[in-house]
Amino acid sequence: MSRASGRLAARWAVIAAAVVLWQVWARQQGSSFFPPPSAIAARMYQQWFSGPASHLFLTPDAVGNVLPSLGRIAAGLAIAVVVGGVAGVAIGRSVALSGYLDPLLQFSRALPAVTLVPVFIALFRLGTEMEVATIAFGTVWPILLNTIDGARSVDPVQMETARAFRLPGWQRLTKLIIPATMPRFFAGLRLSVSLALVLMVFAELAGSSNGLGYEMNNAQSSFDMTWVWATIVLLALLGNLFNLLELAVEHRMLGWHRGARGRVP
Amino acid sequence: MTGTAMLDITGLTHAFGPGTGHPVLDDITLTVDEGELVSIVGPSGCGKSTLLRCVAGLIRPTGGRVVLRGEPVDAVPDGLAVVFQDYSRSLFPWLSVRDNVALPLRRTQPGRAQRRAAALDALSTVGLTGTAQKYPWQLSGGMQQRVAIARALACDPVLLLMDEPFGSVDAQTREDLEDLILAVRQDRQMTILMVTHDIDESVYVGDRVIVLTPGPGRVRADLPVDLPAPRDQIITKELPAFVRLRTEVSRLVRGQEGGPGSPADRGGAEYWGRDRNRSRAARASQE
Repeated sequence: MSRASGRLAARWAVIAAAVVLWQVWARQQGSSFFPPPSAIAARMYQQWFSGPASHLFLTPDAVGNVLPSLGRIAAGLAIAVVVGGVAGVAIGRSVALSGYLDPLLQFSRALPAVTLVPVFIALFRLGTEMEVATIAFGTVWPILLNTIDGARSVDPVQMETARAFRLPGWQRLTKLIIPATMPRFFAGLRLSVSLALVLMVFAELAGSSNGLGYEMNNAQSSFDMTWVWATIVLLALLGNLFNLLELAVEHRMLGWHRGARGRVP
Repeated sequence: MTGTAMLDITGLTHAFGPGTGHPVLDDITLTVDEGELVSIVGPSGCGKSTLLRCVAGLIRPTGGRVVLRGEPVDAVPDGLAVVFQDYSRSLFPWLSVRDNVALPLRRTQPGRAQRRAAALDALSTVGLTGTAQKYPWQLSGGMQQRVAIARALACDPVLLLMDEPFGSVDAQTREDLEDLILAVRQDRQMTILMVTHDIDESVYVGDRVIVLTPGPGRVRADLPVDLPAPRDQIITKELPAFVRLRTEVSRLVRGQEGGPGSPADRGGAEYWGRDRNRSRAARASQE
């Protein structure tokens, strides 16, 4: 316990030391391209978090740019989770379906989602729909392919048990196939969550009238490097926050999985 | 033990793969009376697990018929429960012990409270009170197999099928579980068909021991076990009758002719010497 907390403290100390080093180095350089962390933090506060208490301290800029970006990520991921999860279980459990679709899926997965942005722009015009489509298309693959794999590899002994005890089809799905697929589904979701942030920024850089990518474009074209850095740091923080959220959900849903694996390696 | 037939197997033949394929079971004919505990023993690869799966309706045999209580079996029938060998894989790790036991009851009992009560009841029968909230993987191997037995008992089966149920637990636990099965059988008057590769076990728990030949499995011998009840791990196993039977079964499993005065022995001499490797494998599997 004390060793674990010691290790945790050491990790945070490394981060703190890196920030301090960066601060000292940037102060010495005085380069306008590399502002010190203190300036970036001040700018972040001023830009997004100095609003009135009634708005949860969010500034109009945060409401106008950060929230839309978060909304697009949530919408894109939600579509990917539903489509990838449902189609994944269906394809994984059907020998015929997976036989027919496998080459197509393998091919499509290799296609970088960002290359489709021009297509999505043509299809949906600039704006939220195009961005959500980009995020959904890019993030569906890890979820879909992992779910297919998970559903396909449900333990045959468990399937036979379900047959021997004559579980009806619906219960076989909800009590066996879906829970057994969950570890792989979450492995895919973990990848998709990181991807979603990248795709969101890219889609918004490509063409948007608000959002963090749009804000970054603005900051860059007004040669305000502190603003650019503030956006970068905010994106990094959001990325970490998403990972933490995903891990928390996974932790809750897959307690049995960690336990069972800890016992039977 | 009324003596009426619970299970009637006639000319059961099964082969895996296309066409005549790879034969596993060859013309098995066998009757199990109500209330009987029949052990099926044989060397590895003799098709004893396949036989059990055909009886359970999990595999459709390529030939012959299985009749349970007068009804031909072509899907998993009513009133039947199975205990699989691999408890760690047949229990669902995402369900608590209680929910694992209660799960098969959903089909027959709509009320959740009743299902839970029945599950707790079955758990106490196998000596697992107080583990209901745990997950299977938090329990030892022997306890997990008790959960699997409780799950089967909760369904209140007329026929309990067990596929090498104690093959992966230690010797002490194995003896405890054998006695548990005997006790449960005493209480519930169930008919039990148990596949095992352990010769001592087949004689100790059985009313009859069926010995199969190495693949494709045929009935080599059908031996009545005339040991007094209740059986006891120490006293019963010292009885001359037990020792004689064990030796007999052991010979038959290894493919030798039965001893003097042995019951019917089909095809033993034909087998002996044809495939010594198989009989070595049979010896190894008894470890």
